[in-house]
This record gives sequence, C-alpha cells and structure tokens, in this order.
Amino acid sequence: MTIDWVALSVFILLFVIVTVMGFLAARWRRGDLDLLHEWGLAGRRFGTVITWFLLGGDLYTAYTFVAVPALVFGTGANGFFAVPYTIIVYPFVFLVMPRLWSVARRHGYITAADFVRGRYESRWLSLAVAFTGILATMPYIALQLVGIQVVLAAMGVEGTGLAADAPLVIAFIILAAYTYFSGLRAPAMIALVKDVIIYITIFVAIIVIPIKLGGFGNIFAAADAGLKAKNIPQGVLLAPGQFSAYATLALGSALALFMYPHSITGVLSSNSRHAIKRNAALLPAYSFLLGLIALLGFMAIAANIQPRAPYGAQWIVPGLFLQMFPSWFAGFAFGAIAIGALVPASIMSIAAANLFTRNIWREYVNPAVSDRDESNIAKLTSLVVKFGALVFIIFLPTQYAINLQLLGGVWIIQTLPAIVIGLYTRWLHRWALLIGWAVGMLSGTGMAVAQNFSSVYPLNVFGTVIPGYAALYSFILNLVVAVVLTWVFRAASAPAGADETHELDYTAVAA
Amino acid sequence: MNTRSTSESARPARGWYLLLLVPFIAILWVPFYASGEPAVFGIPYFYWYQFLWILISAVLTAIVYFVTREPEGALPMAETLSSEDLDR
Repeated sequence: MTIDWVALSVFILLFVIVTVMGFLAARWRRGDLDLLHEWGLAGRRFGTVITWFLLGGDLYTAYTFVAVPALVFGTGANGFFAVPYTIIVYPFVFLVMPRLWSVARRHGYITAADFVRGRYESRWLSLAVAFTGILATMPYIALQLVGIQVVLAAMGVEGTGLAADAPLVIAFIILAAYTYFSGLRAPAMIALVKDVIIYITIFVAIIVIPIKLGGFGNIFAAADAGLKAKNIPQGVLLAPGQFSAYATLALGSALALFMYPHSITGVLSSNSRHAIKRNAALLPAYSFLLGLIALLGFMAIAANIQPRAPYGAQWIVPGLFLQMFPSWFAGFAFGAIAIGALVPASIMSIAAANLFTRNIWREYVNPAVSDRDESNIAKLTSLVVKFGALVFIIFLPTQYAINLQLLGGVWIIQTLPAIVIGLYTRWLHRWALLIGWAVGMLSGTGMAVAQNFSSVYPLNVFGTVIPGYAALYSFILNLVVAVVLTWVFRAASAPAGADETHELDYTAVAA
Repeated sequence: MNTRSTSESARPARGWYLLLLVPFIAILWVPFYASGEPAVFGIPYFYWYQFLWILISAVLTAIVYFVTREPEGALPMAETLSSEDLDR
C-alpha cells in the first residue's frame, strides 16, 4: 500500500496534541510526584467526571475496538458476549468497589495486594496477588500495540524489518516519557480527548455506514447470509449449544475485569465512594458504544471487507473505515484507535509498576526504601514494563500475545476470593486461599492449553458436556478448594494471622 | 464517622440492593433472548434486547444509588475539596 498522507497528517496532528497534554498533565492538580500515591494514583483526587473518562478509557481499550468486531465478523453472535459482560459488571462494581476504596483510603493501600497483606497478614498471599496482576497485565499491554500497528498499516505505514517498526517504537517512547513524568495524571487527561474523538467516530460510523449499506435490516440479512456461507449455520444468532459458553464468558469476564490492576488503579484514584457508585450507573454509556462497535463486524461482512494478512480479521475495522470514509475522517478514526491504545497502556504500566514497587521491591528487596525512592522505582518499572511489551510485539508472533491475554483473564479471576470475599469476611483461611489460588491457576491454564488456547472448555458433568469459560470453571474449583481447606486449617488451629483492618474501615466515607 | 447514623439510614434501604440482581437474571439466562424475532428496524431481538438491558441496568443502578445514598463528605478533606471545583 502507498502512504495515505491526508489520513496520516490528521493522525499525526491528533498524536501531537495528546503528547503535549500528556506532559502538561504533570502540572494538573499539582502534587508531589515523588510520592507513589501522587504518581501512581494521582493523589486519589479524581471526581466523578474524570473517573468516568479514566475508567472508560482504561477498560474499553483500542484492542477491544479492533478485536470485538473481528470476533463478531468471524464467529457471529458469540462475539457479542462483550456486551452482556459489560452489563453485569457494573452492579458488581457498585456493591464491591466502594468497600475496597474505603479500606484502601483508610490504610493508604495503593494495590489490591497491599489490602490482602493487611487483611490476612500474609506476605505470600500478597505476593501471589501481585504476581498474578503483573503476569496478566503484561500481554494486555502488548496487545494495545497491535491496535496501533493495524491502524498504521491501514495508512500505508508498514513494511518488513526493523525500520518498519520505527513508528511504533516512536509512539511508545513518547508514551513511556509522559507516563514517567506525569504518572496517572497523563492518561487521565488524554482520556478526555480520546473519548470525545471515539464518541464522534462511532456515532458518525453508526449513522453513515448503515445508510450506505441500505439500513440495519440489510446489514443483518447480509451478515446472516455471509456467516451461513462460512459454515456458521445459526447465522447472526446463537445455536442452543452455545448458550452456556455465552453466559459463562459474560459472567467470568465480568468477575475478572475489576481484578485487573489497571481497573483497581482507576477505582482507587477516585476521590470518594460516591464517585465510584455514580460511575457504576454512568459507565454503561461505554457499553452502549461497545455494542455499536461490535456491530461494525456485521457491517464489514455486509460491505464485503476481507481480512488481510498478517492482521487477519483484525483488519476489518480499519478496512471498513477506509472503504466508507474520506481519508481525513479515516485518519481521525485511526487517531482515536491509536490514542485509545495509549491510555490503557499507560495505566496498565503504572498499575504493574505500583504492584512491583509496593509488593515485591518493598516487601522482599528493600523494606527500608524511602518514599522518594519508592516513587522512582515505580517510574523506572513502568518504563521496563512498556519496553518488555514492545520487544514482545516486535520479535514474537502476535498470536502469542493474544493467547497470553486470554490466559490473563483465567489467571486474574483467581485473585477474586482473596480480594472480594476478603472485603466482606475473613472467614477463608490465608493458606486455604493461597492453595486455592494455585489450584485455580494450574487448572485454568491446563484447560485453556488443552483446548489449544480456546477460552471455552467442554466440561463433562456426569456424562453431560457443558461448554463454558475456563476462567469460571477454574475459579469455582479455586473456591471449593479454599472453603474445604479452610475447614481443615481451622480444625488444625493453623494461625490465621492478624487483621489490621476494622469493620468500619470498609464503609468509611473519608480517611 | 458516626456509626449509629450509618446503620440507621442503611437498614431500611437494604432491600433495594436486590434490584442489582435483576440484570444478572435477565442476561445470564440466554434462552430469554436467543431468538431473532421480533425484530425492530431490522435489528434481531437478540441484539436489541441486550442494548435495552444496558439502559435498564444503568437505570436500576442509579435507582439503588439514590435510595441508598450515604451522607456525603462526613469528614471534609481540605485538599480534595479545593481541587473539586469543576469535577463533581
């Protein structure tokens, strides 16, 4: 492909604007960035509106915008599970996350692993939570780069060899630099711009493309015919055999989402329980957007967009925009996707850095670390994490990152008993939780690998095969093990550790 | 914070939290919405049902928020309040 200079100019202009904002963000609601809670949580100062933009930009990533339509394009209704998943996640957030916010505020916790350590007096359980968080986050960061790669290719910026990766490397160095200097304030400020661009892009697309394709009736009819021609006999609907997979994918993903470190960082950076509760009612606006974006997959079938090597079905969203819109608007949309990759990549690297600094460095390497050094180590870790993701994407096949991100969901849900159940009761024993976690990690990984990195595992229950999300199955096993072993450890009077939190901490309105 | 006032105001509102369960039932039992009919504006039932539930679920959450609202800002924090001019 030749380079599309009009699209690329619009793209670069947007990129320059957010870069400037990223660096200016250091001065926004100014705090002492030599303190970890200022750099890594922006001083817990974000109100309802900023939290809405931050979490929206954080959870609905560029990869989502590329991969969800690709899945709908390739598999039909099954790919739409992202919508029910983001419906049921918010009632859960409304109930659980204010408790985490309150106890974290009271005790100065910056990560979920901080909370687990304080609640159970267990360095090992805390390490397991921190390790899982970092492990699940790394491939997620790498995948954000795939989003940038695809839109660059759509503008003709591609090729072979190391030089071809130069634009990606430049974008990432800029991202790393402003994250280093501004901390969480940078992605929060950029999220404001990014979301406005995304909303404009999608509302234009959802009006213009159906008009060009003859209305939603035509789009669904064409998609139905197209899927049936691809050997998907149920077309745009689910076959009865897919119901259990659809429901368990939605439930498992919903339970996993807010265990991810970047989600928890977003929650803890807000300034009140009210901001979190209000956002549980306001964030569904993004779910609506996501549903519309998922439908782009059907529009691509109706418009006869073809997947393109080496990007496969991930090409279809950029391909659709190139076909439907003038270059300048395509460049605008591509800018939205690329910036949409930078925001979560930045927050994820900050969240991983917080975990490493607090729960590994300070816990195991240098307990006497000063506040200033703690902040510096986090800043450096954020660089290392991003550099690792970059190396991963440049030198290894993209499929590795996709497989690992899929495993990431299976892994992170295993931290739920220690974190979420721990917010309500200390009944589960710390060692039972740790062993349950290990069983969940191993069994979940085993299920996914046995299915050749498919997230759906055909579980055989007394002769009936129920296909379901491996994360949910392994999570149930984790819970059962934790409950049974709790009885055992209690019967054996194993020491349960001290609890540094108090019941009232969980509903406290302020520190 | 004042313990007595929280427990008094929270207790009568407890039942409202059950509203948060409704989306789980509506969404996780797939046979409720697995069909293509009735279609609206050419959009199969399966799709518009789920779009509709995004809205219903948000409204239910908002209702629970308003009826169970805790007293706000019991202990004011100077640094938070001063930076909170625009963003509430």
